[in-house]
Amino acid sequence: MNKKLIISVILLVVVICILAIIPVVIKQDSTINLVILVLLYMSIASSWNILGGYTGQTNLGHAAFFGIGSLTTRLLWIQGLPFALSFVLGGIMAVALALLIGVPAFKLRGVYFAIGTLALAQILNLTVGNVLPEMSYNPAISDYQLMPRYYLFLALTIVTIGSAYFLVNSKWGMGMMAVKEGEDAAESLGISALKHKLLALSVSAFFAGLVGGAFAYYHVSYYLNMPFSPEWTFDPMMMAYIGGMGTIIGPIIGSIFFVGLKQLLVWNVGEYHLIIFGTLFILIVLFLPGGLVEAWKKIQKLLATRFRRGKKQAAFIT
Amino acid sequence: MQALGQNLAYGILVGALYGLVALGLSLIFGVTKFLNVAHGELLMLGGYVSFWAFSLLGIDPFLSIPITIVVLLLLGALLYVLVFSRTIKLPEETKIKNTLLVAFGLSIILQNLALRFFTADERGISASYLRTAFTVLDVRLPIGRLANLVVAVFFLIALQIFLRKTYTGKAIRATVQNWEAASLMGIDIHKVYILSFAIGAALAGVAGTLVAVNYSIMPSMGLNWTLKALIVMVLGGLGNIPGTLIGGLILGVTESATSFFINSNYREIAGLVLFLLVLIFRPQGLMGTKEA
Repeated sequence: MNKKLIISVILLVVVICILAIIPVVIKQDSTINLVILVLLYMSIASSWNILGGYTGQTNLGHAAFFGIGSLTTRLLWIQGLPFALSFVLGGIMAVALALLIGVPAFKLRGVYFAIGTLALAQILNLTVGNVLPEMSYNPAISDYQLMPRYYLFLALTIVTIGSAYFLVNSKWGMGMMAVKEGEDAAESLGISALKHKLLALSVSAFFAGLVGGAFAYYHVSYYLNMPFSPEWTFDPMMMAYIGGMGTIIGPIIGSIFFVGLKQLLVWNVGEYHLIIFGTLFILIVLFLPGGLVEAWKKIQKLLATRFRRGKKQAAFIT
Repeated sequence: MQALGQNLAYGILVGALYGLVALGLSLIFGVTKFLNVAHGELLMLGGYVSFWAFSLLGIDPFLSIPITIVVLLLLGALLYVLVFSRTIKLPEETKIKNTLLVAFGLSIILQNLALRFFTADERGISASYLRTAFTVLDVRLPIGRLANLVVAVFFLIALQIFLRKTYTGKAIRATVQNWEAASLMGIDIHKVYILSFAIGAALAGVAGTLVAVNYSIMPSMGLNWTLKALIVMVLGGLGNIPGTLIGGLILGVTESATSFFINSNYREIAGLVLFLLVLIFRPQGLMGTKEA
């Protein structure tokens, strides 16, 4: 066990080091942008996973938190506030929204929570589109640099995934998983379902808001309601499902897979990757709820038993 | 005063369409407990069937409704067999959630297929007679909009007669009440489910024809109409068939009142806010009873 831990820590450090030197070694902007896209999806899918995967609350309004974070950061930053401050305030605004809607939203159980949050994100999407319909331009376009954006996304991804890891391995994380397994059973053991759900929602919203802030920093010009659009909920949700819901590695695999597939099919007309991704998502929901992580484990197990049997037979023959 | 009357009339006529949009969703949910959020995509495909029948073959949109029905019946049956039938053994809560997720995947697939084959262009059916209007008490009632009410009421009544008077319809209602008992009485649950799903899809297709006549259609329209159908279904009471028309009228009038008193940009927001309020305070629907 200890050996395994050391190996994974070494592996983690190596991966982070590789990611850290990528923009120094590869000077192509297109490659750096691609890695940024993967990092963005990794962090937003991991943030969705805290509530959706570990706590079992299917949040179809995640775009609201991503959107509010990007809106806050963008407006404050363009107004002249230092970026770091606007960035943190974006995350805080997302938590404020989460706490505001959390109590009424969690009165809705199961599927009502899902469609309720979907409606909520649409309300914000349409309202922002009505109130701030114009395109937001970055005024300081002349000294735009990709490097700081890259490292912001890298740091954010590490912090998001790290926080998710420590949260779900803490006492609170156990409580969240107990709520997922059965709210009434958890309540009967003295675990407050509402408190755990609110905590998961707040943490999930906080990181989604920060990712939104990083998005606002990264994009030169976009419509302010664009980060509120439903695809910012559905894509990360599908990534978490396909990779493996309720695991740390799942959303990471899912987002690499998503961007990889998109790149692979980019030469074709139309959004083929979404057709394939949608099909895979359906298959996973129906037949393989643990996603690719579970598939990998199953294959490993199968190979292991095969291997052992083979060995035994060999021993028997000699 | 005249403007207000005009607005109210439009609200009612649009509301009838909303009722029809939700009718199929409500039937499917009531019978099978599938939450088919790809309903808006089925509606979109129905709209395209009528659009192509009109632009390629010159068939009047209202006469193409039977074609739409047949195409969507088959598509609905196919989707049921391929996808939704895999979830019927799950417990109810899981079934609703999983069908919701599966239908989301399906809506993404259908939307992108439509994008691929029909392009992203916005299309609509415009026949000259659709714009002719009757004027009653200073209120203009265009034929295209009046058709909403006529078609919606027609299909609502037809569905009611089918469910109440025919043997198959009674089998469906028996399944709604208690599927285990129904199955013990020799009703084939699979047949009931596939039929209900196909009929629900066909009703979405009919609504799509009306949307193509009154508004416009494009591949990305689905989510918007799915949300409308969900709002109406919740307002009318989950799985309550006659309630959907009333729910549709409430939504239609709410939207037109918002356009009149506030701003037409906020009419969809008003519908969504109403939806959230009902979900939180009266989840059984405005007309629903606690038991239902």
